[in-house]
Amino acid sequence: MKKPPFSPDRQRVEAVVLGASAGGIDALSVLLDGLPANWRIPMTAVLHLPEAHESRLAEIFAQRLPIPVHEAADKMPLAAGSLYFAPPGYHLSIERERCFSLSCEPPVRFSRPSIDVLMASAADTYGSAVAGFLLTGANDDGAEGLHRIHLAGGLTAVQDPKEALISIMPSAAIARHAPDHVLPLRELRALLLQLESAHAH
Amino acid sequence: MNAEYTPPLQPLSDTEIELRLLMEAIYLKYSYDFRNYTLASQKRRVLHALDQLGLPSISALQEKVLRDTALFGRLLQFLTIPVSEMFRDPAYFLALRRHVVPILHTYPSVKVWVAGCSTGEEVFSLAILLREEGLLERTQIYATDINPASLEKARLGIFPLEALRGYTANYQRAGGLNAFSDYYTAAYDAARFDPSLCADAIFADHSLATDSVFAETQLVSCRNVLIYFNRQLQDRALGLFHESLSHRCFLGLGSKESIDFSSYADRFAPHARAERIYRKGP
Repeated sequence: MKKPPFSPDRQRVEAVVLGASAGGIDALSVLLDGLPANWRIPMTAVLHLPEAHESRLAEIFAQRLPIPVHEAADKMPLAAGSLYFAPPGYHLSIERERCFSLSCEPPVRFSRPSIDVLMASAADTYGSAVAGFLLTGANDDGAEGLHRIHLAGGLTAVQDPKEALISIMPSAAIARHAPDHVLPLRELRALLLQLESAHAH
Repeated sequence: MNAEYTPPLQPLSDTEIELRLLMEAIYLKYSYDFRNYTLASQKRRVLHALDQLGLPSISALQEKVLRDTALFGRLLQFLTIPVSEMFRDPAYFLALRRHVVPILHTYPSVKVWVAGCSTGEEVFSLAILLREEGLLERTQIYATDINPASLEKARLGIFPLEALRGYTANYQRAGGLNAFSDYYTAAYDAARFDPSLCADAIFADHSLATDSVFAETQLVSCRNVLIYFNRQLQDRALGLFHESLSHRCFLGLGSKESIDFSSYADRFAPHARAERIYRKGP
């Protein structure tokens, strides 16, 4: 049975989840460039980085964006308008109570944090009211998680593999299911802004 | 009307309903209380267990586990997370050495509680640190966990040799004073740690979900355990630690854990904030 395409006019998006690995910092910068200061939808990102290093992702993006940016902490509630990054060395999930939980379970697809873990938990928690974005990357983490969002009725969007620095991650997602959108970053950004205007209604 | 829109919670999925019923059944039958663990990771672990045990559904697992004690013992290994390493987050151990040990030295005797000790890597790490700081002789270590198989491993102090390279680097970054190899004997593919380190330690079955405080302590180290608990159960565990600790004594958590989102936020004060070491009392 084919799921009806996600319609931003009729469906409200309560959360956005994002995943990327190789080339992800630059891709995410382009995607989120020019985000308005009155942004409302909470966004959570998993970027693969070497485990041993303290992550400076929140710091880097806090300087670039006009919205609050945090490293997600255990049981921290998701706040409107904020961007969160998974800490290195832990899986990150979104619980039903709309707060984060961390876990030291073994890596999934060689990754901890794993994009699949974050996206599957978001699908369970938000059902159709979540949008998943998967960008450039050098492995297939995220393909399963994005499919879970699709099955829950949420919106799935993938960076055009032709544009991605490394196409393995977006291509794996496209092989797993037909995403609602396969677009270059600038058009993904327009989509994101469209979700926000629907959210504000 | 309240201006803030509160989105409705998703209805429980069939899987989540099965999961809750399974945890209720385990509690009623075996008195192990997993009912207030965080749902997302518990669900992953149970689905992984189904896969490994070759069972078609959580309901099928529940039916079997009620009647088969041995199967429960196997399931327990999936429900707990025996992931640990020696001197994990070296900065934590360095902060203990610099900022906690000097204060512990003012006590005639010291009690340390490693809560959720899993397979013992952290217990042996603390014992090494305390010996190097001249405190082990007058310290009583309590190492507790709910998983009997993990406790059995912890008592032995035998860890895979392949992990030792990483542990050695951690030990050095944690301010270790000796050669790490002084503390173990390597044989085949395992390293056996000096049994005298934990000869006086008490390894015991204890549940943060159902048991109560058993001793007055000066340091509680409970790292990467509370992340698997929901806020209600976190509060229970933090309540036990608060009750157990002497006035102005120390609680150490995992490097990404925090008491900020618990009801105990104002009953502990940060002592080494970045390393997640707290001190009882405002």
